[in-house]
Amino acid sequence: MNLQIEDSVLVRDYISGDEKSLEVLINRHNQRISSFIYSKVLDRDITEDIFQDTFIKVIKTLKKGTYSEEGKFLPWVMRIAHNLIIDHFRKNKRMPMFEGSDDFNIFSVIGDDKLNAEKQIIKDQINTDLRYLIDELPDDQREVLLMRIYKDMSFKEISENTGVSINTALGRMRYALINLRKIIDKHNIVLTN
Amino acid sequence: MEKIYSEYPKRRGLTKAAPETIQFLMNFSKSLHIIKHAEFSFEGSLN
Repeated sequence: MNLQIEDSVLVRDYISGDEKSLEVLINRHNQRISSFIYSKVLDRDITEDIFQDTFIKVIKTLKKGTYSEEGKFLPWVMRIAHNLIIDHFRKNKRMPMFEGSDDFNIFSVIGDDKLNAEKQIIKDQINTDLRYLIDELPDDQREVLLMRIYKDMSFKEISENTGVSINTALGRMRYALINLRKIIDKHNIVLTN
Repeated sequence: MEKIYSEYPKRRGLTKAAPETIQFLMNFSKSLHIIKHAEFSFEGSLN
């Protein structure tokens, strides 16, 4: 003869402080509740999460003493699980989840515009090397190049700041670039990212 | 021919929460401490 303690008795014992009763309740209804959740969400990890959240609510309600025993423990737990499943789908609707497959990875199509760590280091090195090369230019050419490239000034502003005509500023910029290329070619410097 | 089989065979499967999850719940239950004051109840974790 198989005697099984009723859920209501276990709930009462648990509220009275018998932690073991909760374990019996969880193990007794584990498969039924898990299968119910899984039948809706079709994902084992999410099932596990919702199962856990369901019993966290159960534990809190029982410990707070706000549970009214009407001999319907399992339907009550199932209703909590059901509400949490609805919450899960609502949340996913607001934040749709896309899962890639072996053939297609979403990150090959979208990505942020930032460089990865390696490319950022290379870019920084190139910028540093370039500054050394610019320092090799004659003063007047270096001044124009720095204003144009690093300070983003227009040639009109450069001419006003340096006291030369726009054409002279343009010419100095042109020679600055020609000379930079010459230095790069002469020393076989590779500046690529 | 009429389709009489579920398109989601996995839905039929039975599943169970992992023992780790149950252990977590038991630990959570043991550590949860409710303090009541007037009409308020405060939750605390005795870890």
